[in-house]
Amino acid sequence: MDDPVTAEDTLDQVTILFCGDSGDGMQLTGSQLTTTSAVYGNDVSTLPDYPSEIRAPAGSLAGVSAFQLQFANHEIHTPGDRPDVLVAMNPASFKVNLYKLQPQGTLIIDQDAFSERGLAKAGYAENPLDDPGLASRYRMHVVPATTLTLTALEGLDLKRTAKMRCKNFFALGLVCWLYDRPLDHILDWIEKKFGRNRDVAEANRRALKAGYHYGDTSEAFDVQWQVRTAERQPGTYRIINGNEATALGLVTAAQLAHKPLVYSSYPITPASDVLHQMSQWKHLDVRTIQAEDEIAAMGATIGAAYGGALAATGTSGPGVCLKSEAINLAIMLELPLVILDVQRGGPSTGLPTKTEQTDLLQAMFGRNGESPLPVLAPASPKDCFDTAIEAFRIAVRHMTPVFILSEGFLANGSEPWRIPSISELEPFQIHHPDDPAGYQPYDRNPDTLARPWVLPGTPGMEHRVGGLEKQPVTGTVSYAPQDHEEMCRQRAQKVERIAGYIPELEVTGQQQGDLLVLSWGGSYGAAVTAVQRANRKGLSVGHAHLRYLNPFPRNLGDVLDRYDKVMIPELNNGQLGLLVRARYLRDVVHLPKLQGQPFSVSDIETKIEDLLA
Amino acid sequence: MKSDAEPVTLTRKDFVSAQEVRWCPGCGDNAILAQVQKTLPELGIPRENIVFISGIGCSSRFPYYMNTYGIHSIHGRAPTLAMGLKVARPELQVWVVTGDGDALAIGGNHFAHAMRRNIDINILLFNNRIYGLTKGQYSPTSAIGTRSISSPDGSIENPVNPVGVAIGSEAAFIARTVDVFQKHMSEILTRAANHRGASLVEIAQNCIIFNDGAWAHMTDPDNRKENVLYLEHGQPMRFGKQGEKGIRLNGLNPEVVLVEEAGEENLLIHDEKAAEPTLAYLLSRMGPPDFPIPVGVFRAIDKPAYSQRLMQQVHAAQSDRQPDLETLFRQGECWDVS
Repeated sequence: MDDPVTAEDTLDQVTILFCGDSGDGMQLTGSQLTTTSAVYGNDVSTLPDYPSEIRAPAGSLAGVSAFQLQFANHEIHTPGDRPDVLVAMNPASFKVNLYKLQPQGTLIIDQDAFSERGLAKAGYAENPLDDPGLASRYRMHVVPATTLTLTALEGLDLKRTAKMRCKNFFALGLVCWLYDRPLDHILDWIEKKFGRNRDVAEANRRALKAGYHYGDTSEAFDVQWQVRTAERQPGTYRIINGNEATALGLVTAAQLAHKPLVYSSYPITPASDVLHQMSQWKHLDVRTIQAEDEIAAMGATIGAAYGGALAATGTSGPGVCLKSEAINLAIMLELPLVILDVQRGGPSTGLPTKTEQTDLLQAMFGRNGESPLPVLAPASPKDCFDTAIEAFRIAVRHMTPVFILSEGFLANGSEPWRIPSISELEPFQIHHPDDPAGYQPYDRNPDTLARPWVLPGTPGMEHRVGGLEKQPVTGTVSYAPQDHEEMCRQRAQKVERIAGYIPELEVTGQQQGDLLVLSWGGSYGAAVTAVQRANRKGLSVGHAHLRYLNPFPRNLGDVLDRYDKVMIPELNNGQLGLLVRARYLRDVVHLPKLQGQPFSVSDIETKIEDLLA
Repeated sequence: MKSDAEPVTLTRKDFVSAQEVRWCPGCGDNAILAQVQKTLPELGIPRENIVFISGIGCSSRFPYYMNTYGIHSIHGRAPTLAMGLKVARPELQVWVVTGDGDALAIGGNHFAHAMRRNIDINILLFNNRIYGLTKGQYSPTSAIGTRSISSPDGSIENPVNPVGVAIGSEAAFIARTVDVFQKHMSEILTRAANHRGASLVEIAQNCIIFNDGAWAHMTDPDNRKENVLYLEHGQPMRFGKQGEKGIRLNGLNPEVVLVEEAGEENLLIHDEKAAEPTLAYLLSRMGPPDFPIPVGVFRAIDKPAYSQRLMQQVHAAQSDRQPDLETLFRQGECWDVS
């Protein structure tokens, strides 16, 4: 704190963690800084982390809400590992999150919240800020943020509690100053959001500016940092999270197919937002059903697919358990539909708001009988858009239900998305036969083995389908031994043949060598970044990412053979590892993580170094 | 779709599929199938626009025998498939065929919600008060004390009444008929088919193998008139061999009276269109030993169907907003990078 407040330095990237009570507006604060940074020209990635309780007791450890974001002057794939800056708005959030802060990281504290009462709620017998060691470990900024906010808001006709709610914008203003972010975007947002309520709008404006000016004038901050803009592909961008991207992808598929979209779902964290989004899109002929339960949501999806709509259902792991029997009916009827599973921590109710990748084997095998279906997993929030379209494309081309395994981390995490134009997207080719001559319900396309999608309402082609085993071709009920074996074979082969229609697996980094890091789902970002760092250190590591988990890309076996070791990081106890071992008789090293949090880059980097030491 | 084409002339044979019927000889299901196949051609709906969806159980084999579109789905879930189909294709006529186990045990949730939402489907509930396909266990409609393979000492469960469940679920069309009442069944099926919204038809059906005679007090020709009350809208409630008995309301309770003594003008008049289902509920509670069993239409009121309301919202949204995907992509904050 010796230097005057004029120094300015540049950084390649910064990770900031805002945390406070659920009522402190941390999600809003984080998302505002996200958009501001993206509009400014940085690449951005976010990790919201909030409790499952709607209103946990104020100030309690259970009620801590956090939002981490990383912004950078280059392409990034993760919301950052340990934050460089921790903004803690109360003692509970300080207690829960302090360990994450980098050594010598910047610690910004709302001093006013560390009252006797606030400390007691967080279970502190003594004020942790009194620890003299704290200032030697971190760059401490203990700011009376609540008092300064109230002072800035003097004269406004608002209750004291309403004024206090603006302290998050004070903190946001301060961070904006610290990283030289323009305030225009946030001021515009305040005007749009609160414009009608003049006093509230003014209060938030004043709090934001007060925070900014505090950084500028208080002399407590010695350095202002610059994170310059990142190179990006030209185009129009927006911030998008995984659930938004999935919803947009599903409706885009329906539009490309010139069909209504029927989305039937039962509310469940963290998938509900997809239903909320969809319910606003009736003008695009999106028909939503809030079903009475998970089973009904699946049944309605089957009924809608039978009727010729593009049909999807969305849920999380516990919902998939309930849907299993109906998913099997869809497999038996060979109807095209999409099942979105936004995975969360399990088993049972588990960790509803925390992320995990533990439903892979459930998606693969969690049904009675031999019941193969294709499984896809998006790699990032924006990839949810393309994955959703791809899932429907596979569903209608191969006449099969398709699983999308999203994750809580992707669903709520966000990043900039270059908005595509419709003309860039490949149209859907769908054929509904209407010539009764020679029609057989389970006659198959010789290439894909898909059966014909004949719609009710087509004269002369009335037929019955059901969950009982069938005779090949005719689809007539049959329990004959040979028929069952043949139908099981056809259903399996139909899914296997999808491998001929999906891209080969690509490897980044070393194309052959000591170690392959094989990731899937939301672990993409941490894995690709860790391998890049390892490559810079001269380690012989390649990275491959599986977006298609069933069937696997046709060259996966060849890729595995090019490396001495294969390491699979996954947020489970080795589910993909099990599949790879079984399929390719190839030993793999597991890197499991079951903490409700995504991989950090260093989690994977450390493992790589251990393996190659 | 080619749905609202010219009225078509079809016969019973057009609705008979090539599949050999495999119900037990003498099963009530055969009689119901015959009446459905006889009644459908009279509705004038093209065969290709009719879909039968069933769950699991003896009754649920029904779609295989109908030469229409059909799905034999999974246990208890037929109403959910029907809901999705009606949302995708509101113009189709969708029938759900179910049983007392399928609709009231494993599928109780969907049964109630299909009626609550007023999905425009016709639900035929074959009630034989026993599990047939799984070989004779008691069902949710079995009388207390029913001895079965899974209740050798008599069922200790209180039975549920399908009409009462339908009333509690806000069903707008509720009717009951009997497998052997052929003409009556055909009339009820026609009413149900023509009703817009969810229609529930409970069909008292005899399982000749596991629960033979469960409805004998109604179906026995000698006692039928004594034990059955035919509901007719706007008509006084009379029954008995010569129509000599009637139902009168005493306070909140019905009572059986002799018409001659009580006077016809004092009998309850059936009103299927009553806005409140109070009378329908009172009727649903009637049965032996003190009362005849009512058959006919308990309730038939007009309410917008689910798909009708949904499509109204869709059409309103389409006239309010350009159906433009790229605009949707640009929701929220956007910025250009050049």
